[in-house]
Amino acid sequence: MASSPLVAAQPVTIDIKGTTREAFLVRATLAAGATYGALSATPYITRALAQDSGGDVDILNYALTLEYLENEFYALAVKQVKGLSGDVLKLAKELRDNEAEHVDALAATVKKLGGTPVKKPGFDFGGAFASRTAFLQTANVLEDAGVSAYNGAGPLIKSVDVLAAAGSIVQVEARHAALIRLVRSKPPAPLAFDKPASKAAILKKVTPFITS
Amino acid sequence: MTDSALRELADDPSSRKRFLKMMGGAGAVSAFGVLLAACGDDDDKDTASTPAAASTSAEDMKGDLHILNYALTLEYLEAEFYKQVIDSGIVKDPKVGSIAKQFGETEQAHVEALIATVKKLGGTPATKPKTKFQPTLDKGLMAVLETAADVENLGAAAYLGAAGGIKNRDVLAAALSIHSVEARHAAALNQLLGRGFGGKGGLSGTLPDGAFGKGMDEASVLKAVQPFLA
Repeated sequence: MASSPLVAAQPVTIDIKGTTREAFLVRATLAAGATYGALSATPYITRALAQDSGGDVDILNYALTLEYLENEFYALAVKQVKGLSGDVLKLAKELRDNEAEHVDALAATVKKLGGTPVKKPGFDFGGAFASRTAFLQTANVLEDAGVSAYNGAGPLIKSVDVLAAAGSIVQVEARHAALIRLVRSKPPAPLAFDKPASKAAILKKVTPFITS
Repeated sequence: MTDSALRELADDPSSRKRFLKMMGGAGAVSAFGVLLAACGDDDDKDTASTPAAASTSAEDMKGDLHILNYALTLEYLEAEFYKQVIDSGIVKDPKVGSIAKQFGETEQAHVEALIATVKKLGGTPATKPKTKFQPTLDKGLMAVLETAADVENLGAAAYLGAAGGIKNRDVLAAALSIHSVEARHAAALNQLLGRGFGGKGGLSGTLPDGAFGKGMDEASVLKAVQPFLA
């Protein structure tokens, strides 16, 4: 899975119903053209599609940054947190490996779309590894934030394939969040509707962990 | 983090801004507004504001209404299942009981929000299906929990499979906010059942799909829930 871009893998399992967001956009723009004259529609199509690809690559790179952060977090936790054992240690390793697969898939997808994957930032998790409790608390914050980040970005994604990829990742982030919460004896699904969060809100939340 | 991508992203005009500009602020029904209202929580500070809905054609709206009613049917099933489980008194463990109660209330909130959204979009909400859960209840607690886990995993797969077909971005936002909750339920129930991940140990099965959730198409989902329909 690590090297196979999700863009290629997902349409097999997702029922797309014969249209893409790009096609929809072009159709909507052409409809506008029919009203205002075909010539006036052309620049709208060009601009819309240009913004399209840039938008999805931006969103994927934003997601990639968050996955780098989560992957690094668990990779360090497994080595540094004292008293991690048994099922919790196994869970931390499983989550570390999942996040690594997300990193690989997102980087591959960015490349597939002709973009450049962002570099892995430098991280500092402060006192998050000082104890099992501190680790689980930070993990809870990061996983819930991950869910909100993907849910906030999802409706802005233009390509159905990219949306399918993001959807298949956020589902796993939500499962992670529930499991970490259960380990903490917290309700696994505290809200009936997971809240989407804006990119700005998420960046504010994770900036303290990013050093470069 | 001067050269970091994050900073670059932060300084970049948001995708939403571009999206709004692109769509020319065409006004349409905000289905997600209905769902957010149904959440009963208006703490918006941390929440992405919903982009003005793209103008959606009648044909696309019809497709979205179909998906919403399909989701509504599944949520009706889930809500009714939890209700019957709790009413049957089969769950004695208070921890499991509180989870069943909370999940049931959440599914009922999904039912109500989906009904409101369908109405808001000018459609007719699907009627509540007649269900057949007694055979499952008769098999005992383990069968009940296994069914709950199966149905929640199915629900998550159903929303994921349907997401790509949703045209209205507000409806998509709503579906995503439910999708991840179904996934949380599924993971919690898997964990409760001790289904193993990596095939061994107490937590196995909590992440049945590995690093990537799998979507499922409508026909397969409806076939899978057929045994529970009367």
